[in-house]
Amino acid sequence: MTTNATAGETEEQELEEQFVELLEHYRGERGALVPLLQGAQAIFGYLPEDVMRRVAEATGEPLSKALGVATFYAQFRLRPHAKHTIRCCHGTACHVSGATRISEELEKYLGIKIGENTPDMLYTIEEVHCVGACGMAPVVMINDRAHGKLTPEKAVEVVRAFQAEAEGSGAEVTAAAEPAGNAVEVEA
Amino acid sequence: MSRAADKPGGAPGASEQAATQPAKTRAAVIDAALEAAADKNAYLADDTKTEIRICAGTACHASGRVALRKAVDKALAERGLTETVKVIETGCHGFCQQGPIMLLWPKGIFYPHLKPQDIEEVIETSVAGDGVVERLLYRHPGSGEPLALEKEIPFYALQKRVVLSLNGKIDPYSIDDYLAHGGYSALAKVLKDADPSAVIAEIDRSGLRGRGGAGFPTARKWRSCRANPGTKHYVICNADEGDPGAFMDRSVLEGNPHSVVEGMIIAAYAIGADNGPVEGYVYVRREYPFAVERLRWALKQARERGLLGKDILGSGFDFDIRINQGAGAFVCGESTALTLSIEGHRGMPRGKHIRTVARGLWGQPTNLNNVETYANVPWIINHGADEFASVGTATSKGTKIFSLTGKVVNGGLIEVPMGATLREVIFDIGGGMLPGREFKAVQLGGPSGGCLPASLLDEPIDFESLVAAGSMMGSGGMVVVDDTTCMVDFAKFFLKFTAEESCGKCVPCRVGTTRMLEILERICAGLATMDDVELLEQLADDVVEGSLCALGGSAPNPVLSTLRYFRDEMVVHVAERRCPARVCRPLIRYTIDKEACTGCRACLPACPSGAVTGERKEPHRINQKLCIKCDACRQACRFDAVRVETGKPSLVEGRRR
Ligand SMILES: Cc1cc2nc3c(=O)[nH]c(=O)nc-3n(C[C@H](O)[C@H](O)[C@H](O)COP(=O)(O)O)c2cc1C
Ligand code: FES
Repeated sequence: MTTNATAGETEEQELEEQFVELLEHYRGERGALVPLLQGAQAIFGYLPEDVMRRVAEATGEPLSKALGVATFYAQFRLRPHAKHTIRCCHGTACHVSGATRISEELEKYLGIKIGENTPDMLYTIEEVHCVGACGMAPVVMINDRAHGKLTPEKAVEVVRAFQAEAEGSGAEVTAAAEPAGNAVEVEA
Repeated sequence: MSRAADKPGGAPGASEQAATQPAKTRAAVIDAALEAAADKNAYLADDTKTEIRICAGTACHASGRVALRKAVDKALAERGLTETVKVIETGCHGFCQQGPIMLLWPKGIFYPHLKPQDIEEVIETSVAGDGVVERLLYRHPGSGEPLALEKEIPFYALQKRVVLSLNGKIDPYSIDDYLAHGGYSALAKVLKDADPSAVIAEIDRSGLRGRGGAGFPTARKWRSCRANPGTKHYVICNADEGDPGAFMDRSVLEGNPHSVVEGMIIAAYAIGADNGPVEGYVYVRREYPFAVERLRWALKQARERGLLGKDILGSGFDFDIRINQGAGAFVCGESTALTLSIEGHRGMPRGKHIRTVARGLWGQPTNLNNVETYANVPWIINHGADEFASVGTATSKGTKIFSLTGKVVNGGLIEVPMGATLREVIFDIGGGMLPGREFKAVQLGGPSGGCLPASLLDEPIDFESLVAAGSMMGSGGMVVVDDTTCMVDFAKFFLKFTAEESCGKCVPCRVGTTRMLEILERICAGLATMDDVELLEQLADDVVEGSLCALGGSAPNPVLSTLRYFRDEMVVHVAERRCPARVCRPLIRYTIDKEACTGCRACLPACPSGAVTGERKEPHRINQKLCIKCDACRQACRFDAVRVETGKPSLVEGRRR
């Protein structure tokens, strides 16, 4: 995602086109609300209000229904999200293998709390429940890659190596457009 | 099942065709269609050929499978072996602790923990040559002897792999591999017999029970779903796998997706044939991108080969499956919440006075089974109900897959006959506890289950005995903990999970679990009284009784089982403000042993709060007021001088001063 002015504009257009295509794809289909929200989030990285409004319109539901669904499921985000997602697994296997200390160490290293974005909008830390790699607990996922058998120090090392690769080379490392299992955000 | 179906693949001879003309023709059509479904030129996994099988399961992927593959390709290319040696990326081999894993056939040599730099030597010795690289072999956990072959390794030798039999062998992306290993022959058999109730009867005789947690008899569900009238019947596969610490369903879907697809088609036939239209869904967790990708591919292939969609294998039966991805809510594993979620609503369960088999998805009769349940179906049809029922206990038949994790030596995917004991699974297959540690408990059934102490290690694993012991089979998560785990903290962990995941619809679950969590937090902070423990117990009962769905109904189980088997540990937290496992931070203190401390100052920079002070070569001190108990100093210390203490602060500190 490059963000200089002109490139930004064409990019915006591109996203809009993708979104229109998505709406078309699901037009008239039953039960399309969740897949539409998922698709929209994959395009925009989160669910801005006007996007939600248009999804609701396309499905013939009131906006309140779309918002209700979006806030029920942990996957959906209503606020912009950093480019890279670091997911600390707090599933059972990872918990008993010391996941708490790992997320604390990462919080300290990045200077943010779970659920926050770094000020440069590059990183966010999330707490997830099991990424299905329990055999290598404790596990941290950076975007779509799982790193296992970590200690607090190793976790920081892994993140540092990722940062070096992502920023140092200036190359596009697969952005976290596809969120999987965010911090749990169920209504209390 | 009728006899005719027992015939092997080929079309029946012309002479036999006279009497029952239409039935024969139908069988011939299906047989021919099945044969035509296979691509004759496809490469097939074969134990007798020179093959390299690399595990592409999640854990091995995380431990560096991609780099390994590159190194293998390079090493083969350098030796001009690319054409003659086939490299297959398989589903999970199950021995996740040893990843990344590579197997070399025709011999079946097992190499664990491989690094790209080892590959040269391995290929040179074991592929180009005929030997083994001894230093890289797996070693027997007891004797330390190197074991070259997969079948010699106790972890594998003691399992009984039925559902997982092709995992780690075939290429999950190749339908031809599956077909060549007997895939879709069960479906062909069922279609040829054209008797849906006979399929249900066969499943009934096998004694198959749901693998998703509750153990409901599968045939009974199918039968009532079939009997319920509707404009359409739905067959859904529950691949939500919400138990945090379990990955069985994921591995089956990733390693052998067609077995689940075939099981679903057979179920759809049993429920929907001559009964109006039937449609399928797989509801799969969002967190499982590989599983979704492989399943999608499998469905596409099955459709292209005439095994799914319209007129399956020329039988006239129509059935198709779509994938629905969850959006991250544990409660959506529950049947009514799951169907609501597919319909695009918040996944909030409803009362079960009307069952899903009567009114499920879109108000129509719906059959919901777990991934592993479906994966068992083709095997039962192929091998017969009797053979399936010959394995297991009186009430629980067949095998069960567990994901063994936590503080065991050999974690991974384990398939054992029902009735195996916990000890066999944890100690014989799992290799027991880590060096120097002591078994404390095993947790089964995840947030709905409970933990069992060492005294119950000889319990057989079946649905009834686990429930009687205060736990449950659940979907197969098995987490072993040792003396470094605090049982109160562990119970708190599960309750925090269920309190967060409660959908909020009913009060007992929404408020009850939160209040219970608060009490547990007080206990872990040393702020509770014995009245709190009593209140906790009472609340647990109320939540079980009053909750609308099984999430709330089982949420207190981890607490109840802790109260049942580890009550002392909880009482010690309250009465003595002591955490014997030294986990609950408010109840522990970090101190430095004056004798052991060399004054090297290594722990000073490690401490984030500036609590450690001291001069070089002088014993250091920790200021308790500043210490945040992050454990950094203990990890930094090379002389084992940092102690973690628990107990009445006055006593210990008094002595220290
Ligand atoms: C809160 C909750 C979560 C559940 N999660 C799952 C799950 O992740 N996977 C699953 O197969 N069954 C799950 N179940 C059980 C299902 O409701 C259902 O019983 C099961 O899928 C039926 O399939 P079976 O008869 O083949 O076991 C869950 C139940 C509850 C109450
Ligand atoms: S518990 Fe962390 S990967 Fe399963």
